[in-house]
Amino acid sequence: MEENNNIAFPQSLLDEVKRITDMFPEGKQKSALLRVLHLAQSHWGYLSVDIMDYVARLLHLQPIEVYEVATFYSMYDTEKVGKVKLEVCRTGPCMIEGAERIISYIENKLGIKDGETTEDGIFTLKSVECLGACGYAPMLQAGEKFHEHLTEEKVDALIEEYRKKPVANYMGLENE
Amino acid sequence: MSRKLLLENAHIEGINTYDVYRKNGGYRSVEKALKSMSPDDILEEVKKSGLRGRGGAGFPTGMKWSFLAKPDGVPRHLVCNADESEPGTFKDRYLMEKIPHLLIEGMIVSSFALGANQSYIYIRGEYMYVLQILEKAIKEAYDNGWLGKNIQGSGFDFDLAVTPGAGAYICGEETALIESLEGNRGNPRMKPPFPAVKGLWQRPTVVNNVETIAAVVPIVNDGGDEYAKIGIGRSTGTKLISASGNINKPGVYEIDLGLSVEEFIYGDDYCGGIKNGKKLKACVPGGSSVPILPHYLVCKTAEGNDRLMTYESLSEGGFETGSMLGSGGFIVYDEDQCIVRNTWNFARFYHHESCGQCSPCREGTGWMKKVLHNLEHGKGKQEDIDLLWDIQSKIEGNTICPLGDAAAWPVAAAIRHFREEFEWHVKEPSLSQEKNYGLVTEKQFETETA
Repeated sequence: MEENNNIAFPQSLLDEVKRITDMFPEGKQKSALLRVLHLAQSHWGYLSVDIMDYVARLLHLQPIEVYEVATFYSMYDTEKVGKVKLEVCRTGPCMIEGAERIISYIENKLGIKDGETTEDGIFTLKSVECLGACGYAPMLQAGEKFHEHLTEEKVDALIEEYRKKPVANYMGLENE
Repeated sequence: MSRKLLLENAHIEGINTYDVYRKNGGYRSVEKALKSMSPDDILEEVKKSGLRGRGGAGFPTGMKWSFLAKPDGVPRHLVCNADESEPGTFKDRYLMEKIPHLLIEGMIVSSFALGANQSYIYIRGEYMYVLQILEKAIKEAYDNGWLGKNIQGSGFDFDLAVTPGAGAYICGEETALIESLEGNRGNPRMKPPFPAVKGLWQRPTVVNNVETIAAVVPIVNDGGDEYAKIGIGRSTGTKLISASGNINKPGVYEIDLGLSVEEFIYGDDYCGGIKNGKKLKACVPGGSSVPILPHYLVCKTAEGNDRLMTYESLSEGGFETGSMLGSGGFIVYDEDQCIVRNTWNFARFYHHESCGQCSPCREGTGWMKKVLHNLEHGKGKQEDIDLLWDIQSKIEGNTICPLGDAAAWPVAAAIRHFREEFEWHVKEPSLSQEKNYGLVTEKQFETETA
């Protein structure tokens, strides 16, 4: 197998991987896979095949074991996305409170459709299923942050803020 | 006003930190359990309490625990299901965010009762900031001797870790959760064997919801009998309800089981009535999977009884005229909401979340989504309504896990109670794009004597 040796976590993340795998009994390190993929995605922005192969080597797994997981769960991106993903909940209670209006407002404001990325590579808009914030609808998630009770004004303000500093933290990490 | 067993201290500044939590009586149940109770004593209290699974199924917790296999030399595990993903449900997030130590305390006493020395909290990946809150609290618990080797000198060793999912509703199903916790795709397993015999890493495992585990703390502190004094019949204790939709005060409420639905919707201590003075059109009382109730079956049952917030009363009348308490995801719809649109929205959700293992669910949810999309967008035909009914009836009961049922029930209930609204969409395709149907007419239900 061809290996891309340019891909490697910095020591701080290797320490984190060790901490995560240590949570599980000897020989059960595969249980760390989902979290290590989150780490990799937070660090590199998305999960390319090279990155998934690296994670496989790190956890002593076959590459296919990583690919099949990365493509099953909706939070993983196997294609490049914007630096800030605006994930707008579209399910039931959020729909009642105007999620569709918020989605079209963002589409118009950023000039992209649901699922697309702005040309400057800053924003990706994605409508997603229930995020567990039904009582504070409508809402969107950017990185790990929940933005709730959204209005058009609030959307303007948060887009402005992310434009100035296009960083959406996840797991306390800033993506590169 | 309902009692608060879980959220009593939730409003206290700094209760998410160890010091404040401990000062307010935190970890008492662990002290009591380790000093003066055997694992079987705890199990007995949980059985006496009548506690039922708070994730949705409502299965008696004591009974679930008693099924746990205990072969010699094989480690056992407790897994906390914090994969809260049922649309309309956001109570576990609230509890974990506000009082993370309550869940940790519950994990320690419950694991002691089950003889588990290593347990896990599996939390949905979207709640990553809550995972960090929990990890901080877990570290505090280790630092203060409530986790780790020989807890409080009792001889009980116990390790606890929290681990994330990555976006998959299906992982709320306990065997899919276990697969995911093992680092696999979240495909539910065939049962038997049940997790109680072969669960995490093929070891005996109990999977319990966050709220269920938290409820063990007051049960151990005050005794199962005391807990069982709250509630009615087989619905004992308090329940966290996530209230959303067209109400004045959405949010998380801890209620005594047995509270009337009417008081919950209209009472000032709870939802505070329908927003903007509108009329109630419908209610989904237990998360998106449970049958939707039309306005005239929300506060009263078909028999004319007051509808109560209990497992039994909410399901009175079966699926013909009742629903379920489910996860307590209580969604309220006013007269301006479109039931066809809502049903389409839910069908799209289940299609997105089907793991794809079983054909009836994988294909059926897609068909329902497409047919409902057509109906909602003025392109439906009369026979589409019967087609929908046919599809949902062929999913229910024909899949490995209950996601198939969960996808079928909302469609079935919507057609059962709101057929005239579906037909109106077919007859008035352009009008249905401009306005909503309003309230449906009250139906008389025949009793099953015929």
